[in-house]
Amino acid sequence: MIFDIEYETMPREALEAIQLKRLQATLSRVYATVPFYRKKLDDAGILPGDVKTLKDLHKIPFTTKQDLRDNYPFGMFAAPMANVVRIHASSGTTGQPTVVGYTARDIDTWAGLMARSLSAAGASRGDIIHNAYGYGLFTGGLGVHYGAEKLGASVIPVSGGNTKRQVIIMKDFKPTILTATPSYTLHLAEAAEEMGVSFKDLHFKAGIFGAEPWSEDMRLEIERKLDLNAIDIYGLSEVMGPGVSVECAEAKKGLHIFEDHFIPEIINPDTGEALPYGETGELVFTTITKEAFPIIRYRTRDITTLNPEPCICGRTHVRMKKVSGRTDDMLIIRGVNVFPSQIESVLMQVQEVEPHYQLIVDRKDNLDTLTVRVEIGEKLFSDEVKKLQELEQRISKDIKETLGVSAKVQLAEPKTIARSEGKAARVIDNRKK
Amino acid sequence: MQAEQISIFIENKAGRISDVTGILSANGVNIRALAVADTSDFGVLRLIVDNNAKAEESLKNAGFTVRKTKVVAVKVEDRPGGLHNILEILKQARINVEYMYAFIQQSGDKAIMIFRFDQTEEAIKILTEKGITVVDGSTLCTL
Ligand SMILES: [Zn+2]
Repeated sequence: MIFDIEYETMPREALEAIQLKRLQATLSRVYATVPFYRKKLDDAGILPGDVKTLKDLHKIPFTTKQDLRDNYPFGMFAAPMANVVRIHASSGTTGQPTVVGYTARDIDTWAGLMARSLSAAGASRGDIIHNAYGYGLFTGGLGVHYGAEKLGASVIPVSGGNTKRQVIIMKDFKPTILTATPSYTLHLAEAAEEMGVSFKDLHFKAGIFGAEPWSEDMRLEIERKLDLNAIDIYGLSEVMGPGVSVECAEAKKGLHIFEDHFIPEIINPDTGEALPYGETGELVFTTITKEAFPIIRYRTRDITTLNPEPCICGRTHVRMKKVSGRTDDMLIIRGVNVFPSQIESVLMQVQEVEPHYQLIVDRKDNLDTLTVRVEIGEKLFSDEVKKLQELEQRISKDIKETLGVSAKVQLAEPKTIARSEGKAARVIDNRKK
Repeated sequence: MQAEQISIFIENKAGRISDVTGILSANGVNIRALAVADTSDFGVLRLIVDNNAKAEESLKNAGFTVRKTKVVAVKVEDRPGGLHNILEILKQARINVEYMYAFIQQSGDKAIMIFRFDQTEEAIKILTEKGITVVDGSTLCTL
């Protein structure tokens, strides 16, 4: 179901005309009200009036996470506090958190985008939405909540945690739509199993999962364990929150970005050069309808590709591929961009290899080398050296075919690779020493 | 008539084999035969011990990847051609030897070799038919 037929299926020409008008208005407004943007544009020698086409957006400098930190807490707001009705913040694991604000109209816009998203996943009036995203400073919980109400669905504001009670609610209230992070979803599935509750007996038809990157393999696992249609949703508080883009249940092939509110670009993360459709690079967003916290050419550090092809669902908005990694994690090995997440999905394909791995990058005789250490579990362990060597070669070949980079695979004893989630444990780059 | 062998994955790092033998010794497990097959990065340590269950449990608890493998212990005459005779029989029967190694203890005037075949049952049948003595697992431990 398409929630907003007029805008979501608008012919691209008309859509782009609206984008340009809204972009020009946004630039004029941030130039007048946010000292940070005025200075950036002045330094670059550009006036808002110089932007006469959508392409002219490329002339405007980027905004980074560091810029938001430098203007902590309210320095980037473009509306007086008297008009700001909501404040959210993203937790800062390193440095300051980033703080964002919303006017009443922003909240209404956001609710509309979340209603579109829920609708794209197959929800409608009459559905019961079990919303297990955290309520609070994080945008997930309240974002879904307002969208569900806008859609006219019934929302259970269960938030995160207290998993046993969640399972009981799922049994008794019979919700039909689940909204949660993919990792919490798998945790819910485990808890239900321990309590003897089968998702086959529950009433879910779809789940909308986001707020963290998840792979296609994880989608299959969730769909199998929870017996529902798993839909990917994307968003970040700096741009809006959940509901910046969403997959349609019809195609489940890329997330439609709501382009009447956001202008997406893909850039080369090293040079900042704008890349054409189809190329992989860093996703950059400009908001064109937000009042309290507009953001211009914000570097998300998420890596994806944009696909402008028409979609079977009828939406005309461009689709972004499932986010494959973060620029922070990207390794360049002999000129090839490599993300640890890509290696991980190759390892998951090799049946039953436990995805505990470590990447070691080195430089020998001016050539980059990549070594992939993989822990060997009981299921793959053969007592024949030949078979183990064949396993190493097979993984190496799969990596070469998928990523286009040669890697030496080394089997490792169990639990010899550090279990930390951070990049430091996953990747050892000796070239930097 | 089969015997059971414990196979352990080890990285090629100094002291790894002694880590294994140390764990077994601490758990009162006696090693009757030992062989290592290795590459530059890793190796497979193969052991015949007097208590498989105990060996497997203690090594797994120590974080090793362990697997039990079916092998065949064969008496080999301690004279020129003793081993050759056995290998000829297997060749005729088209049975592949994946690997083999010597058992520490002799049995009278005969040596004992541990074999891993691609067709374990078939190998035992042929060897027995040809008058070669196959020693079963429980006897092996009491030698
Ligand atoms: Zn679609």
